[in-house]
Formats: sequence, structure tokens, C-alpha cells
Amino acid sequence: MAITTNDTTTPLFAPGASSTLRLIGYLALGIVLMVADHRAGYLERVRWSLSLAIEPLYRLAAAPARFANEARLALADREQLTERNAELSRELMLAQARLTRLTSVYEQNQRLKELLDVQRSIGVGVQLARIIDVDTDPFRHRVLLNVGSNQGVKVGQAVIDATGIMGQVVDVLPNTATVMLITDPAHALPVMIERTGVRTIARGGGALDTLELPHVPVSADIKVGDRLITSGLGGHFPAGFPVGEVRSIKIDITGMFAAAAATPSAALDRSGEVLLLHELTDPVGPPAPVPVSGPPAPEAAEKPAKAKP
Amino acid sequence: MNRSRANALLFWGSFCTCYLLQLMPLPQVLLPFKPYWLALLVIYWALEAPERMGLGLAFALGLVGDAITGELLGEQALRLCILCFIILRFRSRLRFFPMWQQALAVLALLANDRIVLLMIRACAGEAPPPAAFWISPVTGMLAWPWVFLLIDDLRARVRVHES
Repeated sequence: MAITTNDTTTPLFAPGASSTLRLIGYLALGIVLMVADHRAGYLERVRWSLSLAIEPLYRLAAAPARFANEARLALADREQLTERNAELSRELMLAQARLTRLTSVYEQNQRLKELLDVQRSIGVGVQLARIIDVDTDPFRHRVLLNVGSNQGVKVGQAVIDATGIMGQVVDVLPNTATVMLITDPAHALPVMIERTGVRTIARGGGALDTLELPHVPVSADIKVGDRLITSGLGGHFPAGFPVGEVRSIKIDITGMFAAAAATPSAALDRSGEVLLLHELTDPVGPPAPVPVSGPPAPEAAEKPAKAKP
Repeated sequence: MNRSRANALLFWGSFCTCYLLQLMPLPQVLLPFKPYWLALLVIYWALEAPERMGLGLAFALGLVGDAITGELLGEQALRLCILCFIILRFRSRLRFFPMWQQALAVLALLANDRIVLLMIRACAGEAPPPAAFWISPVTGMLAWPWVFLLIDDLRARVRVHES
């Protein structure tokens, strides 16, 4: 076989000497095509009809890039992955912290809304306060509020939250006030059983979830599940506020009284916002004690006597 | 017989590969650097096998290229036609240039091709292209020696295999 060109096959387009005439012909053809396409957009139609054939071609052409991409993913640096992992977990932590904060803000918002509702419904002058401290002594149930005499707080004001009576103010400082909760062993308040109207005294039980009703007559109509409300006697607490719910009833040792335990309806173990009731303008309850008549006690008499001269 | 078939396979295979290369997606940054592969191949085959590569074939190849990638039907056909005509005219001189001179000639041809494209675009009423438009001829020039050596080598193998 010689190296000379093999002319047994005729090429698709006859070559021969390229003449200027043929070039001009092709140029004219090309220009006509372009103008026609520019005017009528034949190319779009041609490509549309050819798309079936061209589509695999595009796929094939895109294959190397896709393979490279996949290989890069598969062979990604371990160090890089670790770093990315650490970064992502850091971000997750931050996001979670933010989310928790949002949740607490949401809850606070709910609580404030409830308090706002209470404030509207009871129609008594109230003051919003926040619990800033809790007495950690297990035998003294006291909390500290962030308002004091500068804000007009006085000893004896009732403290409520959205669900019931919490306690009363026992000590006032210029900017803080101490509240004794109704579960404090030293606290007692007059209550009434909502269903029957039986009056009794609810004493603090020493535990945050217990009120004791020590002196209910055995014959009294009282059942587990009865709701206790303030009776308004004594003048400290307005009548009709929920206090708690009877949890259990048993006969005390003497056999003369039924000793009932109740669950306070206020959320005493939660910190948050509370409402201070303003002193009632027209106290309900027994009249003020009559001044003692008769001869004064000796030491009481001596002091004015000394002061006079 | 067998050899001519192998040669034909090489010829058409080179164009198929070239269309694929032209279509291959690249990152946006590299796009201006993509050489005009079709022009390089047309130059090669017009230089080495003028009995195969005529004006008509260049026109047809350009039409296919337009159908695959083009914006205007007949645009690449026209450009390749002009390119092929120039090569065939100066073939006897270009063939015996040393490689670096050939590469320079390719640069000139590709730059001329760009000018033709610019004229076509201007006639179609498009805005003048950015400066990156002129990078492609340079990369085409840099790619030329490799294209030339690769296809030459393949042809030589076909020849050796035959004899």
C-alpha cells in the first residue's frame, strides 16, 4: 500500500480547487439563511425538531462535568467535613438557644395576656409586679416583689395571679415588698366552699401544693373536688377569688373535725408576674374593733401622764 | 479499503468529539477561554486533507454547529466557509510553516473569524461584546499545537497499523 491518496472513495462534497465564485455562492447562501432566520426564527424551529437528537448530545457533553462534581463530593476532604460538621453544630446550638429564648418569651407573653384578662374582668384597681426573689427557707413561703412603698404598695394588700389568690404583702421596703404565700404555715385565710357556701379557714400546709382545712365540721357538706373561694370575711381579701380545690378529706385524731387538704389554684411555685390588688375602698367584713373602754392598762396610762407635764 | 474506513472514522469522529467539546458546560469564569474547537478542526483538515475538506463541507458542519449551539442559523456556516476558503488559498504556504508560525497564523485566522462574527452580530443589531470576547482566539492559538500533534499522531497510527 502506497501512501498516495486513495481515490476509491469519493468524498461527500467535491473538493477540487476552491474558486472564489463558490465562496461567494456559499456566502450568499449563508447570508440569506441568517436574514431569514433573524426575521422568522427558523433556528428555534429546527432545534425544536432536532431536540430529540440533540438532547442526548447535551447529556453526553455535560457528563464530564457531572462526574467531576460527583468525584469531588465523594473525595471531599475528611478535615473539611469535620470542620463543616463543627461549624454546623455550633450554628445549631446558637439556633437552639435562640429558639429556647423565643419559647420563654412566648410563655411570658401568654402569662401577661392572662393577667391582663384578669385585670379587665375583676374591675378592681391592680398593679403589676414581678417576683424577683424567693425565700429558700422551706418553712417560710415568702417571695420578694419588685415594687415597694415608692410604688404605693402597702402592707396587707392581696396578691393574685391569673388563676387565684397567691398571698398578701407582709413587709414593705422602699422598692421591694415581701409577700407571704397562702401556703406559709403562718398564714390563714377565710374561705368558702363554692358549692355549698360552708365557711372555713384555709391554713398554709408548709408545702407549696397544700392548704389545710383543719376545722371543718364532720357534718359539713364537703367533697373531694370542691372549689374553695375567698369569703371576703376579714377584709384583707376580696370575696369570690379562687383559692384552691379540695384534694382529700379525712377525720382528724379527735374525731370531731374533718381535716381536708386542698391544692392551691394559684401557680405558687412559678416565678413570673403577679397582680397586687389595691386596697378596697369599702372593706367588706366585720367592723373595726371598738376602742377598749374602761380604765386603761397601768403602763399605757403612765406614759401620757409623763408626757403631759 | 480498511484504511480509508479508519481514516473516515477518524475524520468524522474528530468532528463529533469537537461538537461535544463545544457543548461541554464550563464554569462561568472559564467560558470566555473556551476555544472555537470547530474552527481548529476545520483548519487542520483543510491543511492536511483538502480532498475531504471543501467549502461545502465547512458550510454543512457550520450548519450542524448552528443547530446545536448557535444563535443564528447560518452564522457558523458563514464563518467556517470563510475560514476554509482562506486556508485552502494559502495551504501550500501554511503547511510548511514551523509550528510556532503556524500557531500565529491560526491566531490571525481566529481573530479574523471573531471580526466576521462581530460584523454579523452588529448587522443583527446586537450590542458590542465585552473585552473577554477576544480571549478565545488566544486560547485557540495555544490549543492549536496540541490539536495538531494529537490528530497527526492518530493518523500516523492508522497508517502504521495498516502497513
